[in-house]
Amino acid sequence: MTGEWLDIGWVDEIPVRGSRTVQVTGGDDIAIFRTGDGKVFALADRCPHKGGRLSQGIVHGGAVACPLHNWRIALATGEALGEDKGCTPVIPVKVSGGRVLICRAGTMAAAA
Amino acid sequence: MEIQIIQPARDDTREHLVVIGNGMAGCRAVEELIARDPTRYRVTIFGAEPHVNYNRIMLSPVLAGEKTFDQIVINDHAWYATNMIDLVVSDPVQAIDRTAKTVTARSGLTVAYDRLLIATGSDPFIIPVPGKDLPGVISFRDMADVDHMLAAAEAGKTTGGGSAVVIGGGLLGLEAAHGLTLRGMKVTVIHLMPTLMERQLDEAAGWLLKSALESRGQVILTEANTAEIVGDTRVEGVRLKDGTLIPASLVVMAVGIRPSVALARDAGLEIGRGIKVDDHMVTSDPSILAVGECVEHDGNVYGLVAPLWDMCRALADGLTDSHSGYRGSVTSTKLKVAGLDVFSAGDFSGGAGAEDIVLRDASRGIYKRVVVKDDRIVGAVLYGDTTDGGWYFDLLKRGEDIAPIRDMLIFGQSFASGGGQADPKAAVAALSDDAEICGCNGVTKGAVFTCIDGGAHSLDAVRAGCKASASCGSCTGLVETLLALRLGDEVEAGPKTICKCTSFGHDDVRREIVAQGMRSIPEVMQKLHWSTPDGCSSCRPALNYYLLCALPGEYKDDQQSRFVNERMHANIQKDGTYSVVPRMWGGLTNPRELRAIADVVEKYDAPMVKVTGGQRLDIFGIKKEDLPAVWADLNAAGMVSGHAYGKSLRTVKTCVGSDWCRFGTQDSTGLGVKVEQMTWGSWMPHKFKIAVSGCPRNCAEATIKDFGVVCVDSGYELSVGGNGGIKVRATDFLCKVATEEEAMHYCAAFIQLYREQARYLERTAPWIERVGVEYIRERIVDDAPLRDALAARFRYSQTFMQDDPWAARAAGENREQHAPMARFTPIDGTREMA
Ligand code: SRM
Ligand SMILES: Cc1cc2nc3c(=O)[nH]c(=O)nc-3n(C[C@H](O)[C@H](O)[C@H](O)COP(=O)(O)OP(=O)(O)OC[C@H]3O[C@@H](n4cnc5c(N)ncnc54)[C@H](O)[C@@H]3O)c2cc1C
Ligand code: SF4
Ligand code: FES
Repeated sequence: MTGEWLDIGWVDEIPVRGSRTVQVTGGDDIAIFRTGDGKVFALADRCPHKGGRLSQGIVHGGAVACPLHNWRIALATGEALGEDKGCTPVIPVKVSGGRVLICRAGTMAAAA
Repeated sequence: MEIQIIQPARDDTREHLVVIGNGMAGCRAVEELIARDPTRYRVTIFGAEPHVNYNRIMLSPVLAGEKTFDQIVINDHAWYATNMIDLVVSDPVQAIDRTAKTVTARSGLTVAYDRLLIATGSDPFIIPVPGKDLPGVISFRDMADVDHMLAAAEAGKTTGGGSAVVIGGGLLGLEAAHGLTLRGMKVTVIHLMPTLMERQLDEAAGWLLKSALESRGQVILTEANTAEIVGDTRVEGVRLKDGTLIPASLVVMAVGIRPSVALARDAGLEIGRGIKVDDHMVTSDPSILAVGECVEHDGNVYGLVAPLWDMCRALADGLTDSHSGYRGSVTSTKLKVAGLDVFSAGDFSGGAGAEDIVLRDASRGIYKRVVVKDDRIVGAVLYGDTTDGGWYFDLLKRGEDIAPIRDMLIFGQSFASGGGQADPKAAVAALSDDAEICGCNGVTKGAVFTCIDGGAHSLDAVRAGCKASASCGSCTGLVETLLALRLGDEVEAGPKTICKCTSFGHDDVRREIVAQGMRSIPEVMQKLHWSTPDGCSSCRPALNYYLLCALPGEYKDDQQSRFVNERMHANIQKDGTYSVVPRMWGGLTNPRELRAIADVVEKYDAPMVKVTGGQRLDIFGIKKEDLPAVWADLNAAGMVSGHAYGKSLRTVKTCVGSDWCRFGTQDSTGLGVKVEQMTWGSWMPHKFKIAVSGCPRNCAEATIKDFGVVCVDSGYELSVGGNGGIKVRATDFLCKVATEEEAMHYCAAFIQLYREQARYLERTAPWIERVGVEYIRERIVDDAPLRDALAARFRYSQTFMQDDPWAARAAGENREQHAPMARFTPIDGTREMA
């Protein structure tokens, strides 16, 4: 079952203003976020600061606050917001018919 | 209705355009074609419904009794006759033969085409639950469905008011619910998501909508999952996954639509989510076109009419050889429920570089949010006042640079385009002295100035002095401008606000939550004019705590507003694993507990186990996925969560006391255990530590704890506000009591005072430095009735708090927080669902 897009599950399985992860063998987990207004984003589950698990942070607006030292990371671009500088890889993601799909190539890149 | 059979005129040699679907897009396409060239094609339209072309979106007003069917007809019989269009009604097309170029309808009628246009719209999605096929379960798509609903409402009247359940809290579901309510039915809306219309609205607007519908008598159940529809020969009710049964004689399923593609798929046309078309609405077969909700263009499918108009223009241009091409549509939504103004357009998910401009006016029930990116509007949500919806949508579609009007954008078109003064400060200066500044408290500009002149030099001082901006805060900007006008640079900054999302400080928010009886985070944000749509990681946990404290047993904790440790009930470590600390009451343990801990350490390969500074054991390096199993094992040995992660009661440290120690005066260990059993599980503004020492040698370090007890021969010395940590502070002596019971009673009262009055993330030490120990003594020591009331409130709240969160998790609650959604191995591409 290979293809451009990997089907990882129903969008309802991700809590609103929360996140879930996808484990990638040999790579960082991927964090899949769902915002207060229902949009879905995916980032490598690794904070650009010191590697905190972004999937465990508080999601607010279009950003997540890292659980380790509270950097705020923009979900759409992976960029640190405010004074902080750094960027975490973005994995292309889309929702179709209620299913969440992530880009296979993006997944490989995150694993590399 | 009878079927009209077509007798093709033998002498009509024009190209024959056959249209499948007599709905909004099919007929509009023909209208556009006729407008360009009325004679080029001979046209035949097949319709599955028995009606002429009507305006589907107006079915909602028909249901609500605001319109009749005749009033929503778009093209009547005369239109078909005048344009010599053959109409076949009540006869759906069942097959397309692309080689012979014919279509065959259910009646057997076969018609040849030169060009075929598929405009079959969408099929309502029916959730596959038991009972979905029972009579009385319908969707909301066509006139026949409306007739069903009207009949059910009518039948309900004879039996004293029928009940209906609407499954789906989106646009269609809410319009159905509204119509049925007006028709006298008792309506319950079941919605799977936490907020209504979540695809069009954000949480704040969804909350306002829900409150408004509830005040009209509808029951709205969010996060409700339908398990089955029950009934013998016809529907009798709906059962939810949590077991609730809602009686109903009518069930309307409005959970979504799917492009109607069966016919096209059988004919071998290329299908994605809809029938695939190019920019000229041509399918994979050059003689077949498709338009409307049944198509997929450039990866998109649409469920609203505006895109159809654009598609039909491109289609008619193509059919008349003046190819223009369709480029996709940006859509906006309005809810058609009388008296409720809701508008949304574009993308409002924020993201990098996107900035929210939010205006809330609680007294008028207004919420407006415009999302701006690179000086362009990218999305808008309006509730309560949608007059400027069209204007924002227009600016959005045109990609207009809004930089010059940015400061005034949110106030609307008339203000931004000069109806107001260009400079807001000048506009405020120009107001007359009796102009009302604060609507909530009726304070005029003159009164605010008098207050400022009387020495109020900060926002807070004005709020305290004349009440302006003290209630909902929507006039805060005005008051700040007045301060600036009167004092220039001399305005004093007030105490800190909770965060950048609000102009209120912690104390104001706490006070207003109680005074206004607020019950949820979105309600607080609306009523106190939050300037962001859903707060931030500073204010959300604070609001969650304040509500939890104010409404014991009633408020539903918001997991997503908790810091990770409190959400996971363990402490996150720098490598993403967790540490687990089970409670050891008063620092006591036994072989069973020690064995269970040892087993866990081995079974889950924990790299380290350590005695903490709080007299218990900490197991390190547990994986998120293993936490529920670890807890189950610890629970089995009788241990519960130690809350080493929480803004909550942590430990009660004890020393050996009179049972063993040669200096011990009282049973400090026993008292410590009792105190911990009374206080564990309680959520607090910050962490809270207690200790009980058996004599003034104070081996339990009780005088650097939030609440400390030092036993002496004649009783118990109580002291408060101690802190180790960053800034060491010894406790202040509170009083001395004679009995254990009194010591516990004072402890309960003190904790409750702290819970109700301190600011979120303020430990007892800084709180007491702020309010003074006298203030505490007056309440806890001198005022016996208040002490009793506080202790009673604490004990009441504890009746809801003392369940072990680990036991719930081990039993499967919030399972999704621990397991990954899926696993994926890039090397061979395999993947499994978790
Ligand atoms: C495990 C433990 C250290 C140990 O191995 O002994 C510990 C570990 C942490 N402490 Fe502590 N503190 C521990 C006892 C203490 C003590 C001693 C005590 O409780 O008697 C103190 C000083 C006493 C006090 O709090 O007044 C202490 C003062 C702090 C502080 C400073 C608090 C302050 O008011 O200044 C922090 C930071 C904070 O809370 O913001 C902190 C924060 C932390 C955190 C939660 C840091 C963090 O946010 O990740 C550490 C979590 C480690 C983990 O994953 O378990 N820890 N910490 C102790 C757990 C006690 C328990 O059984 O629950
Ligand atoms: C109650 C309601 C309220 C709405 N409110 C709004 C709103 O406020 N704003 C908005 O923008 N949109 C609204 N919509 C959506 C809007 O009505 C649709 O987007 C629009 O009708 C789609 O047009 P269409 O021609 O593609 O499909 P339809 O209008 O559904 O037309 C398709 C027609 O094809 C017929 N058909 C299907 N298969 C066959 C076949 N094999 N042979 C012959 N005929 C066939 C169907 O019976 C139907 O009559 C609403 C919809 C409903 C149901
Ligand atoms: S003293 Fe510092 S390093 Fe040690 S446990 Fe406490 S917070 Fe962590
Ligand atoms: S690791 Fe994310 S903020 Fe430090």
